[in-house]
Amino acid sequence: MEENKTANNLYHIHITSKRNLFSLNLKEVWKYRDLIWMFTKRSFTLTYKQTILGPAWILLNPFITSVIFSVVFGDIAGLGPAGIPQLLFYMCSNGVWNFFASCVNGNASTFTANAAVFGKVYFPRLTTPLSKVLSAIINFGIQFLMISCFLVYYLFRGAVCPNWWAWLLIPLVVIHLGLLGMGIGIIISSMTTKYRDLSILVGFGVQLWMYATPVVYPLSQIQGGWLKTVVLINPVTAPMEVFRYAVLGQGDVSLISLVLSVIITLACVIFGIMVFNKVEKTFMDTV
Amino acid sequence: MKKNTGEIAIKIEGVKKRYKLGQIGGATLRGDLQSWWARVRGKEDPNTKIGQQQRLVGQSFMALNGIDLTVYKGEALGIIGGNGAGKSTLLKLLSRVTAPTEGTIDLYGRVTSMLEVGTGFNGEMTGRENVYLNGAILGMTKAEIDAKMEDIIEFSEVRDFIDTPVKRYSSGMYVKLAFSVAAHLDSEIMIMDEVLAVGDMAFQKKCLDKMRDAAKKEGRTVLYVSHNMNTIRKLCDRCIVMQKGKVVYDGNPENAISVYMNQGQSGSGVYYDFSEIKRRDIASLRLQMLDLMMVNRTENTVQKGDVLQLHIGCRSNSNDNNIGFRFEIYSDDGDMVGTMFSDKSIYLPTDGEQFKLDVKLPTSNFAPGRYMAVALAFEYNSEGQQVYVDRVSPAMFFNVVNEEEGAIVWETRYWGHVQFDDMVIEKLEG
Repeated sequence: MEENKTANNLYHIHITSKRNLFSLNLKEVWKYRDLIWMFTKRSFTLTYKQTILGPAWILLNPFITSVIFSVVFGDIAGLGPAGIPQLLFYMCSNGVWNFFASCVNGNASTFTANAAVFGKVYFPRLTTPLSKVLSAIINFGIQFLMISCFLVYYLFRGAVCPNWWAWLLIPLVVIHLGLLGMGIGIIISSMTTKYRDLSILVGFGVQLWMYATPVVYPLSQIQGGWLKTVVLINPVTAPMEVFRYAVLGQGDVSLISLVLSVIITLACVIFGIMVFNKVEKTFMDTV
Repeated sequence: MKKNTGEIAIKIEGVKKRYKLGQIGGATLRGDLQSWWARVRGKEDPNTKIGQQQRLVGQSFMALNGIDLTVYKGEALGIIGGNGAGKSTLLKLLSRVTAPTEGTIDLYGRVTSMLEVGTGFNGEMTGRENVYLNGAILGMTKAEIDAKMEDIIEFSEVRDFIDTPVKRYSSGMYVKLAFSVAAHLDSEIMIMDEVLAVGDMAFQKKCLDKMRDAAKKEGRTVLYVSHNMNTIRKLCDRCIVMQKGKVVYDGNPENAISVYMNQGQSGSGVYYDFSEIKRRDIASLRLQMLDLMMVNRTENTVQKGDVLQLHIGCRSNSNDNNIGFRFEIYSDDGDMVGTMFSDKSIYLPTDGEQFKLDVKLPTSNFAPGRYMAVALAFEYNSEGQQVYVDRVSPAMFFNVVNEEEGAIVWETRYWGHVQFDDMVIEKLEG
């Protein structure tokens, strides 16, 4: 009996109408870590089920895009970088940008896409955004391997000289962009529970955002003016340039831009968690 | 009834759940901004539905209106009530799908909620993959699922197909597998919303036994919502009746079922007026039954074997017809028991005339219990089929009791609603 009592207290759950905006309950999320992993696995299995090339698409997709980018933006428009191989440049750009964009897009529909499951069973809702970020990280990792292969090739030809010490910063870049993308994604998803308009907006909004980020052009191409200010305020710019600095050996990292980016990221994550917590408990009543 | 061990599994105090009427759903940012701008300028909200009164906007609906309930460990609690009584809302709160507007709920133990079987199942994935995912959604770790995998597959009866995508499963196999996962969770509290309405009869029985074992042998707490009174009877040792967001009865399941069956039924006495009863599916009311009265009775209880005499008031709406009558008898949990025909047809008098029928209803074959009768009047069409010309549902309620000395205590649960005439038994000499 005594044993049972302690077991019961162990699992005691208290439910009230009050909600703590900042309570993350990470302990509970940790208990459900297997679920995060299974969601991640599911998203891979489902994407490549009944395809011939299967997971090869993870590489083919960004590779083809990079080739097209280097032809269109590099050769035709002449926006490409000076002194480094164009293809490698665009592979890095695409890799980083796609990682960020998939964090935003993947999370923007968290509540609406999972309404059927959320409405029937409780599990920490934060597991779904985390699994989206995790699968984006895995995707990025695979692409990063491809980039590294190309890098080795260009190194032998002596076309690039990476800043090896800055490679230590790459994990930070990934975490930084992952958090930023997740923060923005869950803000949007929390709002789409009420305003469906946002889900339409987010699709082309992210696309527009790409052009305000040095993806198809290096930051050094922009010569001052308001345009440069916009690009520097953009929180994706600094991590992008850090990544390029490390891998390509060329990148304009301005400290102000970097600090601003970190501040914006923290703000997005904190605000995101607040709205997420607020919406999480009762979104089933409105969705 | 089971003794309470005094250990509380669920404690619900003053729980209310409010839903807003009108404003939910279909909201767009533009619409909300419009409404907001209109309110700022003191103009009429352009998004107010036409014909809707202004004060109705934002009016709320209490799905749960003050629930206090304590459930003890090892209890199997049934929850019954009409549609919209708040049963599902209560389960949603307990399974933490949505939060209460007021009040507190304390859960002592891990909760498994089965508001639906197969939540998160994905057709593209194999049975085994789905077991892992569904198990994880329900709160199991991978190691726990690994340990239970054999049991789950065994219970589900779909071993041969476990590595086939579930989109190729029959619907029966699908729910069997889904139920198996949920049934094998290590939780102290199980919450179920009519999930037993799955699979074939044999599997339903298996599920029910599994649930009963969970409560009786493993000491788990089971909350079960159903419209099927038989499963409530079989599974639960305590039952609450909900009505309009409140608990109106709490106690023994048999009593709870009677309370529920009597809800909203006017005239459970000896006189029934049919004028308010809506008739459906009838081409023409060539004969209309107006009312029914139990003759020489003060209450609707009959001693088994006695004749229940009725007078049914009727009005003829046509000429030249032979009309037969039948009573379809239902038990109080909605099961059909049987049908009783009139021994002869009645030739209808002229159009518009009102008359009374005298009916003598034998009760010797009814097992003691509570019954509902649907009255039908029918004629034969040119192909010789019965076509009913009036149908009154419910026409009357009556109780059959057996107060004879030495009468068997009838166990409806095991023996059914019909007691046939005794068979004649004789010991042969030599």
